[in-house]
Amino acid sequence: MSDMKPRSDSTPASPERRRFVGAATATAAGLAIAPGVMLYEVAHGRAEDQAASSAVRWGMLVDATKCATGCNDCVSACSTENGWTPVAESKHPKQAPQWIRKLELQDPLTQMETNLPMMCQHCAEPPCVDVCPTGASFKRADGIVLVNRHTCIGCRYCMMACPYKARSLVHEPLNDTQKPDVPRGIGCVEACTFCVQKVDRGDGNTACAEACTAAGHNALVFGDMNDPESEISKRLRELPTKQVRADLNLNLGVRYHGI
Amino acid sequence: MAGKMKRLLALGAVVLTTAALAWAGSEAQPRTGGAPKPVIAKAVKGEQCVEDNDYMRRNHMKVLNHHRDETVLEGIRTKKYSLKECINCHASEKTGSVAAAKDDFCVSCHSYAAVKIDCFDCHSTKPQGPMAMHPLNAETAHYKHKLAAQATSKVSAEEMAGVAQ
Ligand code: SF4
Ligand code: SF4
Repeated sequence: MSDMKPRSDSTPASPERRRFVGAATATAAGLAIAPGVMLYEVAHGRAEDQAASSAVRWGMLVDATKCATGCNDCVSACSTENGWTPVAESKHPKQAPQWIRKLELQDPLTQMETNLPMMCQHCAEPPCVDVCPTGASFKRADGIVLVNRHTCIGCRYCMMACPYKARSLVHEPLNDTQKPDVPRGIGCVEACTFCVQKVDRGDGNTACAEACTAAGHNALVFGDMNDPESEISKRLRELPTKQVRADLNLNLGVRYHGI
Repeated sequence: MAGKMKRLLALGAVVLTTAALAWAGSEAQPRTGGAPKPVIAKAVKGEQCVEDNDYMRRNHMKVLNHHRDETVLEGIRTKKYSLKECINCHASEKTGSVAAAKDDFCVSCHSYAAVKIDCFDCHSTKPQGPMAMHPLNAETAHYKHKLAAQATSKVSAEEMAGVAQ
């Protein structure tokens, strides 16, 4: 319940600061570009030659009350978008990379069942980054936690450090089955990237959230948590949400409703 | 004593080099054996690379590394110096890849120069979608196909030696 307590102003994601940052961005960008054009820019992406900015914090809201039992659409969409083999089709399912998985939970006392997808929570204070000996694990300015495969040595410290079991190591050679937009390969650790290739393209959405919406469940909302006008910020203001293992104080980019 | 030895050695080296050059220079000597020379197929798409050919032959790794860091760490995905764009232009029409067959663009020189690259352990060697469907490629694909079939230039061993140094 600690996440229900009002946060202090010094917490990076305190609502006050979020609103302030959002307003500041709007003003700054509005000065730079013609009005109207700029609002579009903020909502749908940035120029190709512009670095990801800390004015944005990408996040996701998972509404577990809408997540359908037995539905696996987000997981298949992720595997299709990012090119990892679905675990059921893998030769070695126990060590197969998995970027997102469906969990079915049951309250032992009441038998109430809950369904939810679990993936990298894109922590603002990511333990995976803290432990990485090479600096390969890093958090991008816009809050997306990634592995730089050029420097990852496959030591798997980050897999041990992650409280959410979000990361996998690629054990097998992938033999040129990768997607051109999603390089990945043997000996490196990987996890959900919030579809960083789509974010950079300006899609403003992830494959899993698109699939969930297309299936009519609308359990996933992706967006900029720093922009007070974004769909996700509005929903986060209205719905009671929780961070998984909020006691760890990692300030997660994925928030759950109905757990 | 040591000085004398060094001078002698140097002299020996000069004599040997001259002899070797004379041998290499004589056209009468057929070139036997040696590594097969790299085949550099003309890019399927586009007329001119983002820099001069000479510059790219020597420095492609530097510009690629720089761009790679910007892309991975900061999310800057401009087309110039992007490996994906190299692949879009240089994938062979036969294999659709830059590294599937031994004559494909990247492999051809790299095996000649004996420089092992691991780019393609992780990166796809093929362009996105079928090559003819590439927006910049669609109109001219049939024509380019013919062009590419004729235009393969062999690179001389001397040129390659220059690049490899
Ligand atoms: S959920 Fe795990 S992998 Fe993702 S940022 Fe947090 S610690 Fe790192
Ligand atoms: S496996 Fe790679 S990303 Fe993870 S801690 Fe080791 S070097 Fe860092």
